[in-house]
Amino acid sequence: MKTQNNRAWFFVLPVLLLVAFNALIPMMTVVNYSVQETFGDNLFFWEGLTWFEQILRSERFHAALGRQFLFTGLILAIEVPLGIIIALSMPRKGFWVPVCLVTMALPMLIPWNVVGAMWNIFTLPDIGLLGYFMNNTLGIEYNMTRSPLAAWITIITMDVWHWTSLVVLLTYAGLVSIPDAYYQAAKIDGASSWSVFRYIQLPKLKQVLTIAILLRFMDSFNIYTEPFVLTGGGPGNSTTLLSIDLVKIALGQFDLGPAAAMSLIYFAITLLVSWLFYTLMTKDDAK
Amino acid sequence: MTLEIRNLSKQVKGVVHIKETSLKLEPGQFNVLLGQTGAGKTSLIKMMAGLDPIASGQVFLDGQDVTALSTQKRNISLVHQFFVNYPHMSVFDNIASPLRVAGMAKSEIQGRVEEAADILQLRPMLHRRPHELSGGQQQRTALARAIAKESRAVFLDEPLANLDYKLREELRDQLPDLFAGRGAVVVYATSEPEEALMLGGYTALMDDGYVTQFGPTAEIYRAPKDVKSAQVFSDPPINSATVRKSGHSVYMGDVGWDISPDVAKKMADGDYILAVRPNHILPYRTEKAKVSLVGRIAVTELSGSESSAHFDFDDHSWVSLAHGTHPYEIGEDHTFYMEADACLYFTPDGNRIA
Repeated sequence: MKTQNNRAWFFVLPVLLLVAFNALIPMMTVVNYSVQETFGDNLFFWEGLTWFEQILRSERFHAALGRQFLFTGLILAIEVPLGIIIALSMPRKGFWVPVCLVTMALPMLIPWNVVGAMWNIFTLPDIGLLGYFMNNTLGIEYNMTRSPLAAWITIITMDVWHWTSLVVLLTYAGLVSIPDAYYQAAKIDGASSWSVFRYIQLPKLKQVLTIAILLRFMDSFNIYTEPFVLTGGGPGNSTTLLSIDLVKIALGQFDLGPAAAMSLIYFAITLLVSWLFYTLMTKDDAK
Repeated sequence: MTLEIRNLSKQVKGVVHIKETSLKLEPGQFNVLLGQTGAGKTSLIKMMAGLDPIASGQVFLDGQDVTALSTQKRNISLVHQFFVNYPHMSVFDNIASPLRVAGMAKSEIQGRVEEAADILQLRPMLHRRPHELSGGQQQRTALARAIAKESRAVFLDEPLANLDYKLREELRDQLPDLFAGRGAVVVYATSEPEEALMLGGYTALMDDGYVTQFGPTAEIYRAPKDVKSAQVFSDPPINSATVRKSGHSVYMGDVGWDISPDVAKKMADGDYILAVRPNHILPYRTEKAKVSLVGRIAVTELSGSESSAHFDFDDHSWVSLAHGTHPYEIGEDHTFYMEADACLYFTPDGNRIA
């Protein structure tokens, strides 16, 4: 009879433990809350899928989800093309390369809550640099605590300022990896700079752009700290994104069941969109 | 079509890479740029193509000054030493790309691509991607692109260097026919003297950023202008030594031979540089090879039907190259015979005198 060597389990164990504490156990706690009604003194009552049904039918959830998709859509539509344009116009060699790279990386090094607080003060109508300038110097009314449009413009601008650099740096890395010979061949062919971008640079950038879009999608879809510090979800509910709404339900109203169900749905949507996008983008490569 | 360059030069940060060079190249035959690696062949080609900045000089295509014209507008082709094809396009699209950029009609593109593909035997591969092809097929795709484009000038920068031996011979045989009758000026860069001889046409010898000699290939092989040209156009390296001319004879150490009255007339008595190709030094005596050189054999090589021997004579290392196989012993003293009439004589500063 063949003797089984079980020593392999020993090597896998640390990873199993890590994954368990990192993902499985917290996740299962949430699943546990999502199917029960919770009272004080750790009293639990089985509720089945009630909370899921309630969330999926709730108009409040639909509104927050709509705002979330609008926010993420705008972020991707602005940051990806802008990032590509900036990366294309950055120098490839010489003194200015490190200067550009460090300047680009700076916003990403600032902690989320600091970014939120910075922009909050920056836009205050009475003392903020931008707020004062807009209202008192230019005479344009700009107050994001009162106008939903101003609030949206501000959170979008803040995110563009904070995260476009990520797209820039990834794209730039992709661009410098294209050998000169391709550019020369395109020149010889008589290609215009648009053809060079369309037929040489873009295909070569496909992989890094996939990663950049994926990262920007996940981050912006799950964004919490910056808009929370900046607008707190207001005015009214106009900037209440999914994560802000979730925290309100879970910690404000202490509805643990619905909040748990909502976070699982939230997680499923993020996962599904990421998977769809990644599968579509890498479909051609598999052939 | 003609391609002419006048006083073209290149400098990078004050260092001269290409010294002022003028050439007039005609279509219909191969124009070979022959020189060792680093001689400036690729730089010169890139300058002619408009890819590299030039410090001075002008480039004319068909009499038109194109110096200020961008590469895109010059209507030229360039095939590199390494294979450059667009990786995400099929072979068909690769060959068609310059035609599409030029805005040609679909039916005409189809016809031209298929014609080029037929010439280069790429028909069955038209729908494959470059990475699915062998090196030879990839380079043929690059050549097909140059042919389909029907450009004014075609630059081939050591296009066969990265191919294996057999493919190289095959493509080299085809190359002159591929571009014959197309009216384009063909410039072919190589580091192998043998290739220049096989391709015929005209050859420009390059050394250290400078064209030392330009003319019909056979002519400049027979009559190099100076020592540099003789060295560039010789493989194995040409033998050279210092000799002393006195009266009607030339002496090298204690060996001496007579020279013809014509040659003697051109040379005043004194020191000269002698250069003689290895195939004019033989291990046996013939009607022509009569000057005997006794030397100790250091290295021997047998390649195909030729055998070469390196031997030491008069403090120089000499090479003999002869047909057939010869029984050489390393370390043995052997008598070699030099053809006195095949000797080239240069003044001490390198210019050929006879």
